Amino acid sequence: MHKFLIRSFVSSLVLLFTLTVAAIAKDVKAAFVYIGPTGDHGWTYQHDVGRKAVEAAGFKTTYVEGVPESADAERVLRQLANSGHDIIFTTSFGYMNPTNKVAKEFPNVKFEHATGYKREHPNVSTYAARFYEGRTILGTIAGTMTKSNVIGYVASFPIPEVIRGINSFTLAAQKVNPNIKTKIVWAFTWYDPGKEAEAAKALIDQGADVIAQHTDSTAIVQMAEKAGVYAFGQASDMDKFAPKAVLTSVENNWGPYYVDRVKAVANGTWNQKDTWHGIGDGMVVISGLDSQMPSDLQAKVKKLQADLASGKVHSFTGPIYDQKGNLMVAEGKTADDGMLAGMMTYVKGVEGDIPK
Amino acid sequence: MIKIVKRDQPSRAIFFFTPVLAIFLTLVAGGLIFFILGFKPFEALKFFFIVPIADKYGFSELLLKATPLCLIAIGLSFCFKSNNWNIGAEGQLTFGAIVSGGVALLFYEQEGFYILPIVILAGAIGGMLYASIPAILKTYFNTNEILVSLMLVYVSKLILDYLVVGPWSNPEGFNFPETRQFSDSAKLPLLFEGLRIHAGIFLALAAVVISWFVFYKTYLGFQMKVSGFSLKTAKYAGYKGKKMIILVFLISGACAGLAGVGEITGPIGQLHREISPDYGFTAIIVAFLGRLNPVGIIFASLVVAITYLGAETAQIFMQIPKYTGQVFQGMILFFLLASDYLLFFKFKFIGSKK
Repeated sequence: MHKFLIRSFVSSLVLLFTLTVAAIAKDVKAAFVYIGPTGDHGWTYQHDVGRKAVEAAGFKTTYVEGVPESADAERVLRQLANSGHDIIFTTSFGYMNPTNKVAKEFPNVKFEHATGYKREHPNVSTYAARFYEGRTILGTIAGTMTKSNVIGYVASFPIPEVIRGINSFTLAAQKVNPNIKTKIVWAFTWYDPGKEAEAAKALIDQGADVIAQHTDSTAIVQMAEKAGVYAFGQASDMDKFAPKAVLTSVENNWGPYYVDRVKAVANGTWNQKDTWHGIGDGMVVISGLDSQMPSDLQAKVKKLQADLASGKVHSFTGPIYDQKGNLMVAEGKTADDGMLAGMMTYVKGVEGDIPK
Repeated sequence: MIKIVKRDQPSRAIFFFTPVLAIFLTLVAGGLIFFILGFKPFEALKFFFIVPIADKYGFSELLLKATPLCLIAIGLSFCFKSNNWNIGAEGQLTFGAIVSGGVALLFYEQEGFYILPIVILAGAIGGMLYASIPAILKTYFNTNEILVSLMLVYVSKLILDYLVVGPWSNPEGFNFPETRQFSDSAKLPLLFEGLRIHAGIFLALAAVVISWFVFYKTYLGFQMKVSGFSLKTAKYAGYKGKKMIILVFLISGACAGLAGVGEITGPIGQLHREISPDYGFTAIIVAFLGRLNPVGIIFASLVVAITYLGAETAQIFMQIPKYTGQVFQGMILFFLLASDYLLFFKFKFIGSKK
């Protein structure tokens, strides 16, 4: 009888303990700071899809949208850290310094900064996606589908992220079609439907029959639809905005990473790291392929996708030459992450100069 | 029966009462919007207007936010009082920040008491230079200052983009669009440990005092007032209009430039693409809400500043879209302009006679 009592007492204690731990674990609150509105169908929209995945995993979330990268960012971050949030995702480059500053004041709150490089305190991690892998796929499709051999590319800002995308796109297109030229128009914006549409129009007028973009709005694919040329969706699946023009989209899939990191906080296993995930880890996703693409191209793309995921194929495999013909990556070698992170030269086949 | 009658003279009491009425109507309409959106109106208004400034930190943030608004609005009131429609304070702010930021970068990793005054002065000069463009074009080429000053806003932002992406970008910054961090000697001192409120607030207060003196105690202030009422009268009185136009634009530009200095040498500490969430435009609302009166502008800048803070708090705690802050700013201006009707007209109650 005694034993039974003790046993049941102990087991109920254990049960109580597990319940409490579970309850505490579920109490983790995550916050997200967005640069744009959640309805932009691009960058912020995809981060918000990721946030919803965290909600679906049973955690509470908060978000603040349209936070300018001015002095306001710091206040929003401090308020979130102060109001019971355990992990805060700051989803734009310009939040880098405020994130590190506020992180110093709140050592118990975890901070995750997207696309930055500063981790000044042990509670700051950084994360980004290898979008260039997606652009290898887009380049392969563009090089095959073009008839004019002129491919247009609407770029945002001359930073390594964007240059890397242009290069990986061009290299892949050259591989299937050595005659192609990539024409770039710099829009100097991440999100400005008017400017983006103008840039796309300028490229179409110059004979481009496939348009790629590194800006976030749907204006470019819509312009392509009107002009009867092909285009690719950016950040989210933009097929519904231009069903004839969009051949596929490169989607930013933050959900799995966000759920993973919030769970890590709940389990007490969160640690500082710098994450750079690609197709293999599911952070970069290729949307469904359009039926206008010939079936052999579709098969080729599927295989390339699998090879990029497994690491069998690398987007930057030598020999790679720059515009002047200097060797950037030797034959049989691949570009390392350091080179990719600081990439500020065009590869051969890209037209024009990087704005300085 | 109620009859609407034109007033013989604009009512002075109504002149200062309508801003209060406009704020009240904004609160009522705002509560109604919250109700329609499915939020509890009183709770939402509490999170919007009370919670953000309920503690010391919140109040310091309010002052931090109101400082640039007040400074720019004071400058704008010089222009608006004298019938000069400077809509480009945002550009003058940006250009002032560019010049002062450039000077601050020259002193990178240098220390010295003389650095900050030079940096501040550079910002004021930058703002003045930029404001002189619409002023000179207006006085000598008869261009419309509204268009010129507004278009120059976009030019200044493109110049800033160019500089932070290209020649001024941080050499250790992986080509991201930002400059190096300024040295401590080039930054405005903080007033309290742990709070962001900085010495820039004294610039705003100085502007308030000086503008009050100029408006009500000097010949220039009188000239501005007469020109504001009637340009023809000013001409008959023999005022040299051109000189005054250029002067008010320069003052306005200096104030906007100083506001830019306050942002980059205060809470931001570097130049990057987004140094102002459109303070230069919001300050137009502040100037009118404050009735172009220096003391009125202090209160108006606090009221408008709180719409920024409240929008953040309301989104964090109640998931109310943050853009409602801008809706509030728009409503304040709307109700103010609408209630200005009362300045010139009054309702007369007439007993029905049979």
